[in-house]
Amino acid sequence: MPELNQKMIELRNICRTFYLGDQAVRALNQVNLRIEQGEYISVMGPSGSGKSTLLNAIGLLDRPDNGEYIIDGINTSVLDEEQRAHFRRDKIGFVFQSYHLIGRLNARENIALPMVLAGVPPKQREVAVEQVLAKLGLTDRAHHLPKQLSGGQRQRVAIGRAILMSPSILLADEPTGNLDSKSGAEVIEVLEQLNQQGITLLVVTHDLSLGKRAQRRIKMVDGKIAEDISR
Amino acid sequence: MRLLDIILFTGQTLGRHRFRSAMTLVSMAIGVAAVLTLTGLGEGARGYVLGQFSFLGTDTLIMFPGRKETTGGMPPVTGSAARNITLEDTQTMARLARGVDQIAPLVVGSAPISYESRSREAVTVGTTAAFFSIRGIKMKRGKSLPDIPMEQAKNICIIGETIKTELFGNLPAVGQWLRVSDRRCRIIGLTEGRGDAFGMDLSDAVFIPVASAQSLFDTEALFRVFFKIKANASLAQVEKQLINIMRDRHQGELDVTLVRPDAMISTFNDLLLMLTFAIVGIASISLLVAGILIMNITLISVNQRTSEIGLLKAIGAPAGQIRMLFLTEALLLALIGAVGGVIIGETLIFAGTKFFPDIPFYTPYWAILSALGVAFLTSAVFAYLPANRAAKLEPVIALTAK
Ligand SMILES: Nc1ncnc2c1ncn2[C@@H]1O[C@H](COP(=O)(O)OP(=O)(O)OP(=O)(O)O)[C@@H](O)[C@H]1O
Ligand SMILES: [Mg+2]
Repeated sequence: MPELNQKMIELRNICRTFYLGDQAVRALNQVNLRIEQGEYISVMGPSGSGKSTLLNAIGLLDRPDNGEYIIDGINTSVLDEEQRAHFRRDKIGFVFQSYHLIGRLNARENIALPMVLAGVPPKQREVAVEQVLAKLGLTDRAHHLPKQLSGGQRQRVAIGRAILMSPSILLADEPTGNLDSKSGAEVIEVLEQLNQQGITLLVVTHDLSLGKRAQRRIKMVDGKIAEDISR
Repeated sequence: MRLLDIILFTGQTLGRHRFRSAMTLVSMAIGVAAVLTLTGLGEGARGYVLGQFSFLGTDTLIMFPGRKETTGGMPPVTGSAARNITLEDTQTMARLARGVDQIAPLVVGSAPISYESRSREAVTVGTTAAFFSIRGIKMKRGKSLPDIPMEQAKNICIIGETIKTELFGNLPAVGQWLRVSDRRCRIIGLTEGRGDAFGMDLSDAVFIPVASAQSLFDTEALFRVFFKIKANASLAQVEKQLINIMRDRHQGELDVTLVRPDAMISTFNDLLLMLTFAIVGIASISLLVAGILIMNITLISVNQRTSEIGLLKAIGAPAGQIRMLFLTEALLLALIGAVGGVIIGETLIFAGTKFFPDIPFYTPYWAILSALGVAFLTSAVFAYLPANRAAKLEPVIALTAK
């Protein structure tokens, strides 16, 4: 892993507070975190500890109220809405617990979506989608609608969509949460393979055995990083 | 995003809610079709009415007995109990009024006509040669009425094509003797076409010299007097002269009415245009309703697809792109519906021209363009609100929506 030491992501004093009525919930409380290119990190911790909020902040889906977030040497606070969207599109892949596939589109079309939004010409798109389908073993499922696929296959389609644009970082929020242990293990294997090919991987999970597979394990408690262990 | 992809993407969305989409299309199509059809009807009616008067041109005046407000308005069919306009009046006007090029008195009645064993009733018009030239009636065979003094009766007549066919069939009519009531007249000419105006079918009429008609119907009274004004004369001045002459002749009392067809035509035109605009305005309400329906559909779509919007944002769609996608959805519905409406409207108008060939139904381009434009614009305006709402959604919130 030649680029391991290149600094890639840095969170400094990140805070995110939600207000429910007059009650403030500190979902992220002065989080400091450095992630190098190619790392494999699991994020664990009790429910409500801020794991998803952390991932959303890293993924530029959410804006922290305080602190600095630097990715690829760019301070994200200067980016406007459109630039953030394009940053997500080009550099970040998301995998969600509930897949978030579009029901009326088949596997191939779901995977192609980021390139469709980016205006990539169909020819070029096809080549990329074909490669991703093959990589994830979905070639013979390309024309199936999400409802015709198993949970594991759906999550693989979602992963395909996440990696289509060759992002440098993959954020997976409980990717196995809706799957039985066998499909869950398959999905984790796919993610780990991608990590071995160089992508930075952050996985939020409640499954200790899955969490332990990561090189680096972060434990969140009450919006703070309580443990950060590297093997 | 590429245009084709935008259309495909929104098309797939619309296809997923076929019933909903179809209802919206139908409402938009009905709105546009209503606007176009009603415009077509209005324009047809206007064209028809104007066509009825167009032969008169702008250099013509018509006088009839009785006093009615002149600016516009139909000439009364029967003069109120006023003094008659006589041939002497006509001759005096012809002599005194400068600026009058031609003058044609008219007596109209119905008389039994017959040739050999065939007979029928026919509209019989007593007039002079000038009438044919003023109204632009052409001769198919033979000659027009000769230039004889107005007061001179003569046993000659001109017949229309319908009468010719009914009484003579294929045999030549010109030169034959036609019995009109108890007189015999030699047929000297055959008019061409219907020349119908004022609801009168001239192919179904017999024309005789005005003095002959007066004695036939035993009347002094003229039904109408037509004037054609010289090219360089002022209509208003001629009008004034004629009125003065008639007032003098009728002991200072003005009991005739002069109608300027161009004033009449423009009044009719204004009236009918206003009518057209009014019904089109009413029809436009259905376009508005269709626009509101599109807003509702878009709102429902945004609400149902909140988590999809979150996903699209997560994988790189900026707010503007989301807004554009939902607007496209609305505009695609509006466009397809509107085009459908144009087809329906034009078909109805086409059918109208088939069933009523006399009425020139037609939808002007401005109507088609503005119907399409209004359909498009209302949809864009109405859909903007929900589309913008979609665009402004926070990705995290949208993603967690169910
Ligand atoms: N949009 C929001 N509005 C209000 N409070 C929120 C919102 N999102 C998160 N929170 C609160 O912030 C805290 C952290 O939430 P977060 O979703 O990050 O937890 P988590 O660690 O992912 O939990 P879980 O394991 O259940 O997914 C929770 O108390 C949650 O209720
Ligand atoms: Mg969570």
